[in-house]
Amino acid sequence: MNRDRLRRSVLYASASNPANIAQAPLYRADCLVYDLEDSVSVAEKDAARFLVYNTLRRPRISQSELVVRINGLDTPFGRQDLEAIVRAKPDLIRLPKCESPEIVHEVCDEISRIERDAGIEENSIGIMAIIETASGLLNARETAMASKRLVALSLGGEDFTASMKTTRTAKGTELYYARNVIALAARAAGIQAIDTVYSDINDEEGLVEDTLAIKNIGYDGKVAIHPRQVDRINTLFTPTDKEIDKAMRIFAAIREANARNSGVIALDGKMIDAPVVERARRTMALAKATGKWNGGDEDGVE
Amino acid sequence: MALNKAGVNLPEECGGHIIKPYTGPFAAVNPATGKMGFGGGSKLCVGLRAAIEESGLKDGMTITFHHHFREGDKIIGQVLTTIEEMGIRGLRFAPSAVVNLRNPSIVHFIESGVIDRVEASGIRGELGDAVIAGAMEKPVILRPHGGRPRAIAAGELTVDVAFIGVSAADEYGNANGVIGENACGALGYSHVDAQHGKKVIAVTDTIVPYPCTPATIRQETVDMVVCLDEIGDSDLIGKGAARLTRNPRDLLIAKNTAVVIAHCGCFENGFSFQTGAGAIPIACTKYVGDYMQEKGIKAGFALGGVTSGIVDLLNADLINYVEAVQSFDAVAARAMLGNSRIVECDSNRYANPHNKGCMVNRLDIAVLGALEVDVNFNVNILTGSSGEMLGGLGGGPDVAAGAKVPILALPLFRGRTPSIVNKVFTLCTPGETVAAVVTEVGVALNPQHRSYDMLRDSLKNADVAICGIEEMKHLAETITGIPEPIRCTDRVVALVEYRDGTVIDVIRQLEK
Repeated sequence: MNRDRLRRSVLYASASNPANIAQAPLYRADCLVYDLEDSVSVAEKDAARFLVYNTLRRPRISQSELVVRINGLDTPFGRQDLEAIVRAKPDLIRLPKCESPEIVHEVCDEISRIERDAGIEENSIGIMAIIETASGLLNARETAMASKRLVALSLGGEDFTASMKTTRTAKGTELYYARNVIALAARAAGIQAIDTVYSDINDEEGLVEDTLAIKNIGYDGKVAIHPRQVDRINTLFTPTDKEIDKAMRIFAAIREANARNSGVIALDGKMIDAPVVERARRTMALAKATGKWNGGDEDGVE
Repeated sequence: MALNKAGVNLPEECGGHIIKPYTGPFAAVNPATGKMGFGGGSKLCVGLRAAIEESGLKDGMTITFHHHFREGDKIIGQVLTTIEEMGIRGLRFAPSAVVNLRNPSIVHFIESGVIDRVEASGIRGELGDAVIAGAMEKPVILRPHGGRPRAIAAGELTVDVAFIGVSAADEYGNANGVIGENACGALGYSHVDAQHGKKVIAVTDTIVPYPCTPATIRQETVDMVVCLDEIGDSDLIGKGAARLTRNPRDLLIAKNTAVVIAHCGCFENGFSFQTGAGAIPIACTKYVGDYMQEKGIKAGFALGGVTSGIVDLLNADLINYVEAVQSFDAVAARAMLGNSRIVECDSNRYANPHNKGCMVNRLDIAVLGALEVDVNFNVNILTGSSGEMLGGLGGGPDVAAGAKVPILALPLFRGRTPSIVNKVFTLCTPGETVAAVVTEVGVALNPQHRSYDMLRDSLKNADVAICGIEEMKHLAETITGIPEPIRCTDRVVALVEYRDGTVIDVIRQLEK
């Protein structure tokens, strides 16, 4: 499990469709979620689980992190999903309806038991928890800190708005508070925050606007409901040439000031203080992770 | 010395020149046709039967058609039915291509003996299935679009009676495909039939006052005109604009292809290109247009089958001229009317390798489709995963040979079948004429191709992964597994001609 890997785009592929499952790794999503939950009808749960199990056991054909969204443990399928899927060793389990830290504990215990049974290295499988109800949101802080398996909190926007007895709008004002709470809880726990889907797959402008908004809140990535959204989301979470250039100039200014033994560092008439440096560091880390920058470590500040 | 009909005294010979004395204004007939002019000034025949009788069609002769009406064609069925009623048999059926015509089925006319040989660029559908199952005694000859005018000019394919479907004609044989109820646009594949057909029958449902303009099929070549109640189903001929696909896989391949085009080393002002029809090329055309706009580049010409996407680029002033062999949708068909920047290009001018220079030779960039490609870049555009006839040679082999950068764009796999294989089932386009293979995962360059060095260097900084063809094949096989080989008998049911008339591969009867 790589806790801090790049998770700009998290693409859903329904396990009700074998062609989708075969094709999905080719869309260059950072994370690929094989879905056993909402997109699979009750009659197809077994077949879907079987398909995902076998898919995971085949050689990997892409760099995508492999994630499986299981059914909730409150359904007849959740435990069966874990029993099969953990044995096929995905990178992460995407856990729906994370109402409280207790649910995370329960799932972690179950995963640990299966890991032991199957002789899999303990704690090798991480969890991405989905907060999708009002009470889940109010427990987000505790949930985020519930286990070292947790790598990210994610917002389930559709279910959340339903639990709030409202509907989603293009502007997303109904999600504003929830998005902030989840980002806060995730950051406080030192894990990642992944935003909900943008449902209108034909509205590219809307997707861009929505993604820029959550990126600015502090999110690390966003769930994609359709492969066509992946490239766009990846691009928006990749530093631009301008951002990289600015970060590089900040480091250059710092190096120059250090060489002059000067305590005061300024760039373009503005003070370079700790938050500015931190942002520049993050820009360069992202630029490297996304392959946008291939320079050495000397580009960062020691 | 003798008097001619005008009463002038003429020597029999003068300086080695044998003198033919004038015999009267209508007396000296065309030795080939036995005719001088056409009495009455009209070539209209009442019904197909009358026209076929006048054409002198006999057992064993060759009849030709074009495929511009696609699956909306109602001419071929009516002509074959009439011929069957007339009791004529053993014909060679040599359309530019056979699309899947069901009502009536072409197979019926093979079974009834009306047709005993078939030559075309492809025989998709029911006829293809029948042929590959061994329905015909004599092998089908498959030729690419450039090979057909070559074969006709070389006398390998003699055209006894050419039936040319036209959406409008006048009574004297001027005709086109751009006006009338069943407009299909360019008629590029039929010009060679008009020029070389011993008898040429224009078949339409719309007679317009003389002269029918534009006259892409011309009165000089047409013997008879027949007006039928209906010649096609305009819905199936092509409606509206070809829609941009929403299939994410096709869009991804199109995007990768456009990146390769924009960084191929000859994407510059005045470049020429051909993209073709199908979901991937149509999307690719749009993306290429975006790159042209972004970089301020204008194409000199676009060639081949034309879609509304090409018309959009022409209207946006991103292309100077379009040379249209066929029109793939109604927007592309209608755009030809009154637009001097879209001209009809006949298949000889388009792709015949043995004339003095065909247009594919002037192509910089071309996008090709395929059913399969192998690790030696050999291409199969004819037979599908179970050996069935799925595609047609089309202009693929011609365009690949002519263009500076021919790019094959296809998905890694379709359904459960890998598209990148060790050896193609049917070889149609030789690998050394394919510069690059583009799939969802990136581009594989062909080191054997003449443009390899240019492509390798100019693609260095492009936003597309460069991988080996073996690597792509391995990836495809990892996803799908390796299919069982297709089993065939020894009997050859079709010959695959290369554009120059040599046989590049054969297709054998499938084992039952």
